[in-house]
Amino acid sequence: MARYGINELRKMVEPDRVHRSTYSDPDIFELEMERIFNRVWTYVGHESQVKKPGDYWTVTIGRQPMIMIRGEDGEVHVLYNRCPHRGNLLIGDRSGNADKSVICSYHAWQFNFDGSPKAIPLAKGYEGTKLDPAGAACTIKPAPRTASYRGFVFASLAASGPSLLEWLGPAKVAFDQICDRAPDGEVEVVPTCFRVLQRSNWKFFLENQLDVAHAVVTHESTGRAAAEVEEEVRARNGSAPIDYHFLSGFTMPLGTWDKMTTVNYPAGHSVLEGYMSLRPQDPISLDYEAIMKSRYGEKRTNEILDTNIHHVICYPVLSIQPPLQQLRAIRPLAVDQTLTELWHFRLKGAPEAIYRRALGYFNLVNSPSTMVNADDLWNFRKQHEGLCSDGGEWVSLHRYAGQDDEANGVIRTRIGTSEAPLRNYFKAWVDYMTAGN
Amino acid sequence: MLTVPAPAPLTAPHAASACAGSVPLEVQRAVEQFLYRQAELLDTKQWQGYIDLFAPEGVYWMPAHPHQTSGDGEPSIFFEDRNLMTIRMKRILHPRAWSQKTQWGTSHVVSNVVVESHDAKTGNVVCRSRFHMLEFRRDTSRHFAGSYVHRLVQSGDGYRIGLQRVDMVNGEGLYEYVLQAWV
Repeated sequence: MARYGINELRKMVEPDRVHRSTYSDPDIFELEMERIFNRVWTYVGHESQVKKPGDYWTVTIGRQPMIMIRGEDGEVHVLYNRCPHRGNLLIGDRSGNADKSVICSYHAWQFNFDGSPKAIPLAKGYEGTKLDPAGAACTIKPAPRTASYRGFVFASLAASGPSLLEWLGPAKVAFDQICDRAPDGEVEVVPTCFRVLQRSNWKFFLENQLDVAHAVVTHESTGRAAAEVEEEVRARNGSAPIDYHFLSGFTMPLGTWDKMTTVNYPAGHSVLEGYMSLRPQDPISLDYEAIMKSRYGEKRTNEILDTNIHHVICYPVLSIQPPLQQLRAIRPLAVDQTLTELWHFRLKGAPEAIYRRALGYFNLVNSPSTMVNADDLWNFRKQHEGLCSDGGEWVSLHRYAGQDDEANGVIRTRIGTSEAPLRNYFKAWVDYMTAGN
Repeated sequence: MLTVPAPAPLTAPHAASACAGSVPLEVQRAVEQFLYRQAELLDTKQWQGYIDLFAPEGVYWMPAHPHQTSGDGEPSIFFEDRNLMTIRMKRILHPRAWSQKTQWGTSHVVSNVVVESHDAKTGNVVCRSRFHMLEFRRDTSRHFAGSYVHRLVQSGDGYRIGLQRVDMVNGEGLYEYVLQAWV
């Protein structure tokens, strides 16, 4: 593990190219686990996943099996999924309700939902021993830090570091936008999580999200197929379902993609502006706008709905699309294996028809039958295998390098297909990887 | 938006009603042959032929969870009418559908065919069956299995699918890669 010193790590990332080992070397991945994923705030889940005391979901943070559980006190707790007695996983399924207590299946040690000990059987056997039945050795270890913002729960395995909001910085807009778009100011999770394994390093997913140039190439087949059917249906019926546009949008010419902007912040967070029509004027959207205005007033409604965001990256753990209420969490499992968890949300107080748009996107783009991610996943796998080869040492990030606008550490692209987001990710990567312990 | 009538909630198979005598043998046989032909169309990648088995308003539905009774307004793995199925077909056949550029194929076995209801007047049928499907893709095999429920409508020249519900026993699991064609 000591193979890479600070200087070697710095040398892997140049302003406009990176060394392939950042993607392919298992030792680098080990360092990333230690220096990135064990330090950052990781998305755990949404509070509405655990409504009642005892409701839980299990999740992996870094390499740690964790439980998100609603306590008797109404608080959401994030705990290690490990019995303090002999180390069993306490919860063996993905989600459920713990009923009266969390019980270990090995020796029936019981815990309250905040992790404190409730009952330890055969108590007599511990009399006169060093085990303190009320102490840490009988308590489920909590995540070193847990924090929630507008219902989105995060945890960090590092006992100290920036607060959640400090860490999110400008990426906080992802949660403000998704919640503000709800007339009631909050969202509720739809409790269906699709999970897809990517046979590649985790970085490819984040890069792809802001790699505007890939869309017309990778998704040409789906774009063309959907556009053809959309046209036929429109000719036949006068209109076509709005969902088709989620697919046919990929037929936009490259020039249109180039008009989009990425905004790249310190710590790798970034925003893709534009893409889908900002303020659709169909009857459903107008109905929704009227409800928004009755709740927020005209000025505030316009502020919320004119915010030009397609998606936000909270580097390196999340991608959020506020206008379509989608969330993708990234969980690196190995140097060449990445789990993505796909969720969508309901805007509280919005008409059902608005939810149907989020659902249409979730079904067509994010479900396991996706006609979009199918080709991305195929690319990720081929990228990973290609970068493991000795056919070259460096990966180019040159496109429009030096031609973006930079002010106060924020890089705004002038041209959509600039590779600025990728360059910005790697700047953050070097900062994390070379920061002192 | 797609709207389809919600399928009736699944009920436990009525062993007695499936006994010989309650469903004419030729109906049982015709249903089985239909299901086998449907599987063969998939395995031989005859996509248009497969889509043509669906009635004009027919829907192919794979729920996200077994407890669901309708795909309308709820997440699904597939929830496709003939138009969406046509998008899927055209995409697969497009010369630059990149993920199609590797050898892949499937083999389905359909069995345990139970005719749950048979309307003697219209000839319409509700049947359930079980399937095993092996998919091979670039040196990797995946195994999917589960149940089908078909609502079959008798048309002039044989059955058409009003609704096909597919519940995979491993449908809620982790997907190593995704599903590109119907199961």
